[in-house]
Amino acid sequence: MIEKSNVDDTTWHTDDKTKPLVQIKGLTKKFGDVIAVDNVDLDIYQGELFCLLGGSGCGKSTLLRMLAGFEYPEAGTISIDGMDMSKVPAYERPTNMMFQSYALFPHMTVEKNIAFGLQQDVMPKDEIADRVHEILKLVELEGYKKRRPQQLSGGQRQRVALARSLVKEPKLLLLDEPLAALDKKLRKQTQFELANIQEQVGVTFIVVTHDQEEAMTLSSRMAVMDAGRFKQIGTPTEIYEFPESRFVADFIGSANIFEGRVIEDGSDHVRVSTNVGEVYINHGQSVAENKQIWVGLRPEKIHLSITPPKNTGPNQIMGQVEDIGYLGETSIYKVRLQNGQIVDVTAPNQRRPMSRTHSITWEDTVFLSWEPESVMLLTS
Amino acid sequence: MNEKTKSVNRTSAETWSLLPNRVGRQIQKHWRLIVITIPFVWLLLFFLLPFFIVAKISVAELKIASPPFSNMFEWTDSGIVTVRIVFDNFIYIMTDNLYFDTYLNSVKIAAVSTFFCLLFGYPIAYGIVRSGPLAKPIFLFLVILPFWTSFLLRVYAWMGLLSDQGTINSILIAFGIINEPIQMLYTEFAVYIGIVYTYMPFMILPLYANLEKLDGSLNEAAADLGSRPTNTFFKVTLPLTMPGVIAGSLLVFIPATGEYVIPDLLGGGNVQMIGRVLYNEFSRNTDWPVASAVALTMLFLLVLPIIVFQYYQGKSTGGK
Repeated sequence: MIEKSNVDDTTWHTDDKTKPLVQIKGLTKKFGDVIAVDNVDLDIYQGELFCLLGGSGCGKSTLLRMLAGFEYPEAGTISIDGMDMSKVPAYERPTNMMFQSYALFPHMTVEKNIAFGLQQDVMPKDEIADRVHEILKLVELEGYKKRRPQQLSGGQRQRVALARSLVKEPKLLLLDEPLAALDKKLRKQTQFELANIQEQVGVTFIVVTHDQEEAMTLSSRMAVMDAGRFKQIGTPTEIYEFPESRFVADFIGSANIFEGRVIEDGSDHVRVSTNVGEVYINHGQSVAENKQIWVGLRPEKIHLSITPPKNTGPNQIMGQVEDIGYLGETSIYKVRLQNGQIVDVTAPNQRRPMSRTHSITWEDTVFLSWEPESVMLLTS
Repeated sequence: MNEKTKSVNRTSAETWSLLPNRVGRQIQKHWRLIVITIPFVWLLLFFLLPFFIVAKISVAELKIASPPFSNMFEWTDSGIVTVRIVFDNFIYIMTDNLYFDTYLNSVKIAAVSTFFCLLFGYPIAYGIVRSGPLAKPIFLFLVILPFWTSFLLRVYAWMGLLSDQGTINSILIAFGIINEPIQMLYTEFAVYIGIVYTYMPFMILPLYANLEKLDGSLNEAAADLGSRPTNTFFKVTLPLTMPGVIAGSLLVFIPATGEYVIPDLLGGGNVQMIGRVLYNEFSRNTDWPVASAVALTMLFLLVLPIIVFQYYQGKSTGGK
């Protein structure tokens, strides 16, 4: 109890939010010799749509399954709404899960699938019927009550699964790759629907996904996971614009990464010497001088020009266009630097190119430059 | 699905490529037909034809001759064919209580045995499905292992175990639990033991196949929605494994009803089952027509309702 009040205290001071709904502390899970989740700490707050993003085998699903109560941790604790979940079986937790395979009961109708959870609590029949009706209205499947899951399309099944997990009004809804089984177009549309529904019902969502775009659109906050650990936790903008490591910079979007050494750590700027010239960064990240670090540049943040810059200085390099990928809305230029490294640059095709050629073409010598605030400083 | 048929075609094409091209193409073209024809001809020859012979004998009359029954068709001198069909055998079966009681007893013994096979077989199948990747093939092998020994030998082994001087009674007496041997052999109990023991694999295997392909996330989903394990079993697992339960039960029930060896060896004269009556009529009384009538009646009384039941069962589950 003492420990708990301490925790509340610190969160109150360090974070201007209410106390966390989910508190994960030192959570570890092993399968044989393989560490699936490695000493993880995480706080999730009421009303958040939190995404766990990572490649396959990074431990994101195991973490979700421990929250649901399907796996028990070797070490560490999970508490939900202040209650320790260590000894609580899955069927008594205030969580519901939407499965990647949807796990709809094939021998029950849509209506009975959704009512199943409510029947486990003692609830009068009329109320169950009302709740089922309400939730079907929310997911726009009112006319499908009597259908069996196998008589529904993939998108409809997905919504039945969502309805079934939401109808019990859990404190925490866990979604395991909720959109993975849908085709690309439907997935994009459903992303927004899912976020809208979350806003309407106000339930805290934890979504596991391997799709970075999905995580970016859906989440209010997200964690990038690798090898059982969190690499970085933050809002999508924080993660994309200020990744802390090469892994995150490369995992979310794409990044051109240069190795370098800090030569000056000023109060409002950092100067880094890299193998492609000096890089000047003017956002106030602080790093030890003479330390080996990496700088990252997003392809869309690099300007491309065939005319040489007026003055010499940091944040510019020269190279030769090796390849061009025309994607319609944008084009990707593969630029070979003098040291042989290839840099990706994307540029929007704001004007329709004449005779299907680009103003910048193969073998052209080009000059790359970028703003000092667009450089990502990667410490690991 | 498409890929599968494609690969089948390819292998068949490769197989027949040794033959002259034209023949190969013809065979390939009619491949499906050929594949279907083989079991069809087999069943026709070895199942349907004998069945008609039995049906024919059942409407004949007993004769002291070889074979011991009257001909169905007789050519008279004037060249007219007379057809003799008598239903006396069926009427005899229906009027004599012996047959009715034996049918009833067979069905009872088979039903009770099926129930116990299910009761023990389901947990075993469930346990095998849930066992680890190392243990699973071993358990499955153990289920099939008895088939490698002669069935007759295993029934004799049970006689050795159950008889008055048998292993079980000797042990019980040696430990002073009983003074007099309990009669187990030549009782209905022994027949139950024999049938449940013998037919258990036929229950376990279809159940195992059904449980194995059951999506484990359904159990998790049920638990997640607040259902306790027992409730999950009755509301989710059992309904979804009904096809396995029905298949296993039929595989046990049908042959158990007509079982001859087990009631004869373990039940002695005390347990009347239709298989024994059949045997007696056929070989001791050499009354082939009555024996055939007994067999046919059993077929119509038991198998037809089961087929009809299965047909409607298949319809009601939506044919998925």
